[in-house]
Amino acid sequence: MSEHKVAELDSVTIRFAGDSGDGMQLTGSRFTDTAALVGNDIATFPDYPAEIRAPAGSLAGVSGFQIQFSSHDIHTPGDRPDVLVAMNPAALKVNLKDLPEGGILVVNENSFTKGNLRLAHYESNPLEDGSLSGYRLIRVPMTDLTVKAVEETGVQRKLAERCKNFFALGVVFFLFERPLDTTIKWIEDKFGGKPEIAQANILALKAGFNFADTIEVFQTIYEVKKAKLPAGTYRSLNGNEAMALGVIAAGVKAGRPIFYGSYPITPASDILHELARHKDFGVKTFQAEDEIAAVGASIGASYGGALAVTGTSGPGVALKTEALGLAVMTELPLLIINVQRGGPSTGLPTKTEQADLFQAVLGRNGESPIPVLAAATPGDCFYVAIEGMRLAVKYMTPVLVLSDGYLANGAEPWRVPDLSELPEIEVKYAEPRDDGEEFKPYDRDPETLIRPWAIPGTRGLEHHIGGLEKDKLTGNVSYDPDNHEYMVKLRARKVAGMVRDIPDLEVSGPQEGELLILGWGSTAGAIISASERLRAQKIPVANAHLRYLNPFPANLGEVLGRYEKVLVPEMNLGQLRKLLQAEFLRPILGLNKVKGQPFKVEEIMDQARAILEQRTVAG
Amino acid sequence: MNTATATPTKLTRKDFASDQEVRWCPGCGNYSILSQVQKVMPELGYPKEDIVFISGIGCSSRFPYYMATYGFHGIHGRAITLATGLKIANPNLSVWVITGDGDGLSIGGNHFLHGLRRNLDINIILFNNRIYGLTKGQYSPTSEFGKRTKSSPQGTIEHPIRPVRAAIAAEATWVGRSVDADAKHLAKMLKLMARHDGVSFLEVFQNCIIFNDKAFEAFAAKKVRDERMIYLEDGEPLRFGKDREWGLTLDGLTPHKVRIGENGVTEDDILVYDAKNPSMAYLLANLEYPEFPVPVGVFLDVQRDIYEQSLQAQIDEAKSKPGAGDINALLAGPNTWTVD
Ligand code: SF4
Repeated sequence: MSEHKVAELDSVTIRFAGDSGDGMQLTGSRFTDTAALVGNDIATFPDYPAEIRAPAGSLAGVSGFQIQFSSHDIHTPGDRPDVLVAMNPAALKVNLKDLPEGGILVVNENSFTKGNLRLAHYESNPLEDGSLSGYRLIRVPMTDLTVKAVEETGVQRKLAERCKNFFALGVVFFLFERPLDTTIKWIEDKFGGKPEIAQANILALKAGFNFADTIEVFQTIYEVKKAKLPAGTYRSLNGNEAMALGVIAAGVKAGRPIFYGSYPITPASDILHELARHKDFGVKTFQAEDEIAAVGASIGASYGGALAVTGTSGPGVALKTEALGLAVMTELPLLIINVQRGGPSTGLPTKTEQADLFQAVLGRNGESPIPVLAAATPGDCFYVAIEGMRLAVKYMTPVLVLSDGYLANGAEPWRVPDLSELPEIEVKYAEPRDDGEEFKPYDRDPETLIRPWAIPGTRGLEHHIGGLEKDKLTGNVSYDPDNHEYMVKLRARKVAGMVRDIPDLEVSGPQEGELLILGWGSTAGAIISASERLRAQKIPVANAHLRYLNPFPANLGEVLGRYEKVLVPEMNLGQLRKLLQAEFLRPILGLNKVKGQPFKVEEIMDQARAILEQRTVAG
Repeated sequence: MNTATATPTKLTRKDFASDQEVRWCPGCGNYSILSQVQKVMPELGYPKEDIVFISGIGCSSRFPYYMATYGFHGIHGRAITLATGLKIANPNLSVWVITGDGDGLSIGGNHFLHGLRRNLDINIILFNNRIYGLTKGQYSPTSEFGKRTKSSPQGTIEHPIRPVRAAIAAEATWVGRSVDADAKHLAKMLKLMARHDGVSFLEVFQNCIIFNDKAFEAFAAKKVRDERMIYLEDGEPLRFGKDREWGLTLDGLTPHKVRIGENGVTEDDILVYDAKNPSMAYLLANLEYPEFPVPVGVFLDVQRDIYEQSLQAQIDEAKSKPGAGDINALLAGPNTWTVD
């Protein structure tokens, strides 16, 4: 390696952007794995179009992958990239606005052809017209160099060109002093059956690295040291993987088989794929003919004593809604996972949003209470799945768990837990009996209101359940007005009573004062970062995260009462805000964003500052 | 899940009657179906606790309440989905789906299709009364073209679906048909479907005395039955009539109704039924009165891989691999690093 000036940085954000066919998601995830293994803290944000292959070179077809890696703990994939890699003019056009002045811009100059410029609506070539003079522009003829580098493998030109993403990765690896070995091993594993393709990709990767070294494209290269994370064994994983692992771990903890009924839907399908691979844990995956069959079969499996889970996204939950009411009425345990995406209707399948909170808490016919939890980070999906299952089984109720597209595909370093650290999940089936007495399926624990889980195959417990209103004791159909009101209230009380099993809300920062920033779901990272930075600037804001959205933690009202103002940033038009206002009869401020994009830390900081300044002025 | 500890006391039909008051209209065909099911159950040899009846919505779907077995009264059209999950979770159970023409073929049409092709070892009985009873008299997907009902005062303008044809097309492995009032035949069909390994689908012509009375009377009434229905028997010639003097022959793909001894037709000319042949089953399923006798019996009886068994085989195979089921290895994944 030739001599380069090495500068140390705390954290860096890189965005890889190219055509959907350019392999940017792969490039980004390879960089992520290496950064994780080197010991950085990481947070990623894959952002890709819904079309598998939008027209090549078009603005609609641009796919991006952003990663922040750092030597301290971080909570977001970074507001704006320090380095932008643009594989074609369209990628440049879409992403340049986010690159700060002076940022490093690496482009594949071979792709700046007349045709591609036109597709990206460029009137003149930005590489030539001086419009990029504010950036540290690095032009690399990536296609040509890649084709030359892989010549010896004899692969066809088309295939050779496709290796250019690894060339780009090599260039970036050099810039941040990253080792190539994990990527090389990954390529060898992935293309094991096609040695010439593996060879070509490895050659491209090395060529990119060496090119950056010998041509001295960068005056300075950067080092980002290991992050000081809590001790332990770590891996990198995304929210969908974490959710699947959480489901499996719940089954292991409970000692009962998992049933997962699902219908393919973006961005939840990867949970099905992951679970289908783990039949060695006795996981039974069922790809249903539609969303309704997926939940129906899950309810049937739960009735049969399995730990049943159905995973989907918002439109799928809409279809499952009637069946969720059936699960409420029959009081059967069921975990429903909603990986939220932009709505309404088909909406933005690959983009993130938090607009299904009302649907989760309220969206059914009749008085139909369902406990709701939301994951805060990709790794938290693991724990939320386990907690959801624990509550479902314990309280004999469906439980809805919310993730979103940002968590589903975003990755972070995750401390691998020991099984003994995880909560116990106790499964109790009603015992067989021979006394000839009639079994009463709705006879319940007087305090928790939990009914027994009596599964077919158990002697002496033959009984009927169903969607019609049931007598409070026998479970027989009952149209009695008083019984109905009693049962409606009982179901509500049972769910409300789960509050005793839910930890209190904890606040970071000042324990009382002017402003509390309260979030739920995937906004956690941006809210924590914003609050920490504000406090570092001596701006006294508190922050808290609501993991349980129904019922709310017991101390929530009291916590809200300790702050003059409460700000709820959400990727919707204020759904948690309205729930809080209705419940606690106090004004709540909202910061709402529905662009299919997560919050930037700055956006939350700006809003908090504005609220506090307004106060100063008014005061 | 089987509880083999209790001394196998011989169960009787009474053991299968629940304490719930049966609330179908007096004279409804559902009564005789219920009675035959209760009668046949003890003969199947399952412990009572291993039998589950699952239904959707409609008159027929009240059925599970009247059985003293496990019962799940679901939501409209979704009984097969509930049964699918239950059977996958516990393959030991004897799972019965009770559905109707509206529940099973209209709102539940998609599950009918996929439930059959998947071939779980479940039993589906479709009570076909060609009308909506519980919602009080609208036309159903099996109502005849032109039928006048509350929702089709000038007659329906929809062509009906024929359940047996649809079941064959949906790749069912056992397809049968019977009539509510023909107790003996119905009992026989119930036993055969229970014994079939894989999905079994039985259409029962069921008389709705209130909204579609005598819908099947023309051919299913006791005194005309022998002449106007044909009882399919695997490996037997397709003959019918009081003295079995009538038969069916096949000319190319066209069936003909013939009289043995007339126009030189002999017994040897009569088509022999083959319940392993889906094409023949389909052909027979097309026959309708008055042009032809209406076939009842087993249309199709074939063997195919059974879903829950194949799934279990995959699980067993996965479990036999080295390192299988190691939760710590799974949580750690292939690439980890350590922070001290
Ligand atoms: S409406 Fe018809 S099908 Fe329903 S119970 Fe009455 S007679 Fe039977």
